[in-house]
Amino acid sequence: MPAKVDRHPMPKQDPRERIRNFNEVALGYPADVAVEEAKRCIGCPKRPCVAGCPVEVDIPSFVKLIAEGKFVEAARKIKEKNSLPAICGRVCPQETQCEERCTLGKKGKPVAIGALERFAADYERASSTRAASEPAPASGAAGRVAVVGSGPAGLTCAADLAKMGYSVVLFESLHSTGGVLRYGIPEFRLPKAIVDEEVEYVKSLGVEIRVNTLVGKTVSVDELFRDGFDAIFLGTGAGLPHFLGIPGENLNGVYSANEFLTRSNLMKAYLFPEYDTPIWVGRRVAVVGAGNVAMDAARTALRLGAEKVSIVYRRSRAEMPARLEEIENAEEEGVEFMLLTNPIRVLGDERGWVRGMECIRMELGEPDESGRRRPVPVPGSEFVIDIDTMISAVGTDPNPLLVRSVPGLKLGRHGNVIVNEETGETSVPGVFAGGDIVTGSATVIAAMGAGKIAARGIDKFIRAKRERSE
Amino acid sequence: MHRIIKREELAPKIKLFVVEAPEIAAHARPGHFFVLRMHEHGERIPLTIADSDPGAGTITMVFQEVGKSTCELGTLEEGDSILDIVGPLGTPRDIRRLDTVVCVAGGVGVAPIYPEAKAFHELGTRVISLVGAQTKDMLIFKDRMETVSDEVHYSTDDGSFGYHGFVTGLLRDLLAGGLRPDEVVAIGPLPMMRATCKVTAEFGVKTIVSLNAIMVDGTGMCGSCRVTVDGKTMFSCVEGPAFDGHKVDFEELMARQTRFLAEEKLAMERYKAHAEGCKCRRK
Repeated sequence: MPAKVDRHPMPKQDPRERIRNFNEVALGYPADVAVEEAKRCIGCPKRPCVAGCPVEVDIPSFVKLIAEGKFVEAARKIKEKNSLPAICGRVCPQETQCEERCTLGKKGKPVAIGALERFAADYERASSTRAASEPAPASGAAGRVAVVGSGPAGLTCAADLAKMGYSVVLFESLHSTGGVLRYGIPEFRLPKAIVDEEVEYVKSLGVEIRVNTLVGKTVSVDELFRDGFDAIFLGTGAGLPHFLGIPGENLNGVYSANEFLTRSNLMKAYLFPEYDTPIWVGRRVAVVGAGNVAMDAARTALRLGAEKVSIVYRRSRAEMPARLEEIENAEEEGVEFMLLTNPIRVLGDERGWVRGMECIRMELGEPDESGRRRPVPVPGSEFVIDIDTMISAVGTDPNPLLVRSVPGLKLGRHGNVIVNEETGETSVPGVFAGGDIVTGSATVIAAMGAGKIAARGIDKFIRAKRERSE
Repeated sequence: MHRIIKREELAPKIKLFVVEAPEIAAHARPGHFFVLRMHEHGERIPLTIADSDPGAGTITMVFQEVGKSTCELGTLEEGDSILDIVGPLGTPRDIRRLDTVVCVAGGVGVAPIYPEAKAFHELGTRVISLVGAQTKDMLIFKDRMETVSDEVHYSTDDGSFGYHGFVTGLLRDLLAGGLRPDEVVAIGPLPMMRATCKVTAEFGVKTIVSLNAIMVDGTGMCGSCRVTVDGKTMFSCVEGPAFDGHKVDFEELMARQTRFLAEEKLAMERYKAHAEGCKCRRK
C-alpha cells in the first residue's frame, strides 16, 4: 500500500452545466477509484468509525470488501445494519459521524466512507445478482406491527421488524413513499429512482405498503389495534413549516420551503407542463435560512430559471446549519450569501405580489442557549432588497395531525412525542415513535437510528406480551 | 385505485362521480374533504365530500370543469378509475341541533353544502336553503336540497329561474324581513361568500364559510392554503376548510387564488391543443 494517498474527490457535474438540469450533481466513484479509496483504510483495531454511525454499520469490513473488489458482498455487509445504503451514502452528514472519527482524519483526510457506501449500494443495484440475494419475505408469525410514515424512520423500523419475522404494514399519507426523501430532498441530490429501489428492497422483505392512508383520519390508532396490530410505530416526521411571523408573508411569491420543494420534488413541477402541478419562480429569489433545506430550495430555484438567488441568514457563516458540502455546492452554482441579515417584512405591490423585502443588519452578541452567538439587530441599519420570490426555510415542527389524535400520548413543548430513548416507547402502551416526530427536524440517519431502536423495543414488547398471555 | 361506479352530468361542465373509497366513506363527516390524483402526472386536487355511503363504501364528488385537471377528470367514464384518493381531510363541521340555519349556496357550492344541510335537518334543525346559479341550466342538487330543507329558494343571475339576481339578494330579503337564524352557512365562489358575509354582518348573524384555497398535500405540510383569519395565519387544510366568515381576510385569499393563473392558462391551452382535444368541450 502506498504510504500516503490523498482522499479521492467525488466527481461532480460542472456547475455551469448542472444549474440547467435536475440530474444528480455528485456522480459517484468509478470502481477503480473506489478500490483505491478503500485501500486508504488502515484497518485500525479500535474501529472508531463504527461508534460514529447511528445504525452501527460494520464500516471497516465493508471498506475492506471494496478494497478486495468484492462489491456486492460489501453492499450486503452494509445492509446487515442499514436497509437504505444508497440513500445514506448520499445524504448522511458523514463529516460529523463516521468520517469525523476516522483515525486517518487526525493527520490528514478521513476515508471517504460515505462515497464508498454509495458506490457499493449503486454497484449492487446495477448488478443482476441482486434478485438472488434478496431475503425470503417475513413469515409474519412473530406478530403484526403497523408502521406509520414511510420516511427514513418508518422504512428502517419496518425493514428491521420484517427481518425479525414480523408481519408489517407501512402506512403513508402521500401517494408516494419515502417521506422527506421524496418530497423534501431534490432529484439533483437524491434521485427518486434510488428512493424507489430502496423502498422496493424494504418491500422484498415482506413489508406491505399502503399509500394514501392518513392514520388519524383515514383510520385511527384505536382501529389499528382493534384490527389486530400488536404494536404501532409513529414515524410521521416534522413536516409542519414555520413561517417567520413578519408582515407580508402571505403575499403571492412567498413559499414555505416545504411547499416549494414538495411542488418540485413530489409533484415534479420542475417538469411542468409535462406534469400538471405548477410552480412559479421569479427573477430574484431570497431564501431565508441556512440549513440543508434552504440550500435545496436555493439550488432548485436556480434550476427553475431564477436569475439571482440569495440565502438570507441572520447569523454568520460559522453558524450555518447546512452541511459544508451543500454550502459549497450552492456557492459553486452562484447562490449569493447575505449573512448577518434578518428580514423584517415582505413588501408587495397593489395586486398582492412580492416586490421586495426589508431587512436589518445583525451582529453577533453573547452565546444563546444553543451555544451559538446570538444575533442582535444593528439599530438604523434597515435596507430593502429587490426580490419577487421569498422562500421561508426556517425549520419545521413535528406533524401535529396524527399525534394529537391519540388520547393519552404525551407530547413535548414543540408537539414532539416523548419517548423512552432506549426503546422508543411512548406514554401509550404498544405505541412507539422515532425520528423527527420525536426530535424535531434532524437528519435522515438519526431517524433511521431511532427506527432501529424502536424495532428492538417493539420486538421486546411483543415478546413480553406473548409470554404473559401464554 | 378507486373505481367510478356512477357518473352523472348534472349541468353543462358540472359532473358528479360516485367513487369506491370504503375507508373514507366509513369516516367521512360533513365538512370533510379529500384529495385526488388522476394519474402519475396529475395534480393533487382537493374536493369536498358531497355525500358518502359507508354501507356501499362510496363517496360522492361534484366538480366543475374550469381548468386542465378538472376538464381531464370530466373525461372519465363509469368503470374508469382514479389513481389516488386520500381522506377524509380537514376539520369536520361541529353540527348540533339549532333552531334555524340558512344554507346559502352559490354555483357548484351546493354540493358541499348538501351534507351539512342534511346533517342539520336530521337533527331537527329548521333548514332554509338559498341556492343560486348563473342560469336555470346550472342549478344542480335541486331534489337533494329539497329533501333536506324546510324551505328552498332559488336565484339565477339571468332570472331564468326563481329570484332574478344574486343569491345574496334572497338572503338580504329574508334577514330584512326579520328572520334571525342561529347560523348562516355559505359555500360558493369567494366573491359570493364575501358578499354573504357582508350581508350577515349587517344583521349580526354568525356565518360559516368553507374555503377552497390552493393546496398541495392537504395535510398541513406545505402551507399553500394559508389564510388570515382574525389576524392569524391558518392552514385551511387542517384548521379549516370551515371558518367564521366574518373573520376571514377575503381580499388576501382572492389574491392568493391567482398565484398560478398564468400556469393554469398555459396548461389549459396546451390541453386544448392536444390531438384528443378536451372532450368536455365537445359535448
